[in-house]
Amino acid sequence: MNLKPATLAQIDEVITHYPVKRSATLPLLHLIQEDVGYIPEEAIPWIAAKLELQPINVYEVVTFYPMFRRKPIGRRHIKVCRTLSCALLGGYKTCSALEKEFNTHLGEVSPDGEVTIDFVECLASCGTAPVVMIDDELHEKVDPAKAKQLADQIRADAKRRI
Amino acid sequence: MPAPTQRRLIFEHIDEPGYTNDLACYQKHGGYAVLRQAVTRKPEELIDEVKKSGLRGRGGAGFPCGVKWGLVDRKSGKPIYLIVNADESEPGTFKDRYIMHQDPHQLIEGTMISCFANNVKQAYIYIRGEMPHGARILEKAIAEARAANFVGPNILGTGYSCEIYVHRGAGAYICGEETGLIESLEGKRANPRIKPPYFPAVLGLYQCPTIVNNVETLCHVKHIAAMGGEAYAKIGTPGNTGTRIFCVSGHVQRPGYYEFEAGRITMGQLINEVCGGPLPGRTFKAVIPGGSSAKILRFGERFKGKRKVGAEMVDYDWGVEDVPMDFDSLAMIGTMGGSGGVIVMDDTVNMVEALANINAFYSHESCGQCTPCREGSLWMKRITTRMVHGQARTEDAALLKGVADQIPGRTICAFGEACSWPTQSFLAKFGDEFKGYAEAKGKNAERANILI
Ligand SMILES: Cc1cc2nc3c(=O)[nH]c(=O)nc-3n(C[C@H](O)[C@H](O)[C@H](O)COP(=O)(O)O)c2cc1C
Ligand code: SF4
Ligand code: FES
Repeated sequence: MNLKPATLAQIDEVITHYPVKRSATLPLLHLIQEDVGYIPEEAIPWIAAKLELQPINVYEVVTFYPMFRRKPIGRRHIKVCRTLSCALLGGYKTCSALEKEFNTHLGEVSPDGEVTIDFVECLASCGTAPVVMIDDELHEKVDPAKAKQLADQIRADAKRRI
Repeated sequence: MPAPTQRRLIFEHIDEPGYTNDLACYQKHGGYAVLRQAVTRKPEELIDEVKKSGLRGRGGAGFPCGVKWGLVDRKSGKPIYLIVNADESEPGTFKDRYIMHQDPHQLIEGTMISCFANNVKQAYIYIRGEMPHGARILEKAIAEARAANFVGPNILGTGYSCEIYVHRGAGAYICGEETGLIESLEGKRANPRIKPPYFPAVLGLYQCPTIVNNVETLCHVKHIAAMGGEAYAKIGTPGNTGTRIFCVSGHVQRPGYYEFEAGRITMGQLINEVCGGPLPGRTFKAVIPGGSSAKILRFGERFKGKRKVGAEMVDYDWGVEDVPMDFDSLAMIGTMGGSGGVIVMDDTVNMVEALANINAFYSHESCGQCTPCREGSLWMKRITTRMVHGQARTEDAALLKGVADQIPGRTICAFGEACSWPTQSFLAKFGDEFKGYAEAKGKNAERANILI
């Protein structure tokens, strides 16, 4: 596991926020996931050593919280809200539209490696349903037409990167 | 009667053109003047103001904030912690995120006043993992407040010091439950603790006395400190003081957030007038008044009984539209005001499908410690999903009720109630729809959205 120097600095800083080191487990997992893209196997004993814990203490946390991933995903992470208020206004349709756009299924990496689409629970934006989060960005009132625009945008971003 | 006009106390600057979330803008609007004044008073006086204000928690349970603060163990000699519950994840609720994104200093000022009042030296803001922007905005705002000496050592030269850190969750609803939140902040699975003995006020974070308050609740504290508890108690109605933010979603013309004096607006005024009524060609069928755990109401049903108005007992006979949107009135008709999330469903919605959606949520979010909750939520999800995607039987209604009735009262935390109330109330109010689902299934497909 090769963490960036900036990540290592942030890790050392965040541990100081707590009187008990173990509290830094979630922050460390977030920082590592942001750096590496997922939680690699070796991160677990590494964090345990850093926080003076047993690996199981870290492992049970990783497996409890849905945001932590054990394997790489597509370059962009699309999270579609499936909870009631969004579903009432077509969230499931939005999700199918996105799956079609990227020729993929929920939880898989799309064939071009560009995206992984997941269903998530209520994103606290029910008044502008249906909502979709792409990486850190929240998109509101995403009907199938807007889903297509967002997909076009993702593909345009991908081209620019090459 | 026409709907009252909004009274924006907490949301005064939300969506105001030109209002930004930096310190300069906040101070231009009088920001931190209340903290400056508060730190010159005795902490007990501030607690008294909150007691007098009648403020009830805005996180869901509506517990009186002053009473909560009064229960804190101040004799143990251990440090007292304050945790801001910014986990906002009750389906249908969307108010705290707007406060954190657009007016973070209001939260920080309210938090610092509350910390000073309770002699707290360390506060944490526990924010949902899915709100990375919110976390960054709060971190920046705290840094600004620290640089201006509103947070950190020797605040405003008083000798009082208090630090705030932001702590991010990672996508588990149960972290909103206060003892699950504490476990999570300790770096563990968010398994709620059993009460007694683990009342946060006595044995909370690191086994120290701990106050957990919702984001909105702490913002109200700022206004209470500003105007005094008595003046605040005059807003709203007795027992339901201050303002209430309603987050309306689902099938109305104008969904969104609206802030009114508590108890002064009825359900009908809110969803018909303020939110513009049903979508064209539709009629209202059902509404969940306080986040997805609250029991559902069916349009057309009537609620009758006696209630206290002032010193007298008077009869009431209400339709759903007539119910005042306050904690006590909603409790009286068998549901709850909860977190203020109002989810409206019109006549295109099939109740079996809507319940299947809700059940999928609870089954996904159960922490799994208690067998009735873990297995019950899973079975309720399986049965309702099978009814929609497989075969539906007449006896499923009784089966579902049998499962739901075995959960409440047999679990460590209130999630047990939260996950069984939807099934129980949907069956009580729409039992016929469950029994007749096999025939009704698919008939409404071109009008309805897929819900599961
Ligand atoms: C299952 C469950 C989920 C909860 N989720 C939240 C939440 O997301 N945000 C919140 O403020 N309170 C939530 N609560 C309520 C908290 O346990 C706690 O009562 C609240 O934060 C206290 O703050 P208040 O007194 O200011 O309302 C939840 C409770 C339960 C049982
Ligand atoms: S009631 Fe459910 S969520 Fe609460 S502690 Fe038990 S299993 Fe966990
Ligand atoms: S239900 Fe989708 S944001 Fe709340």
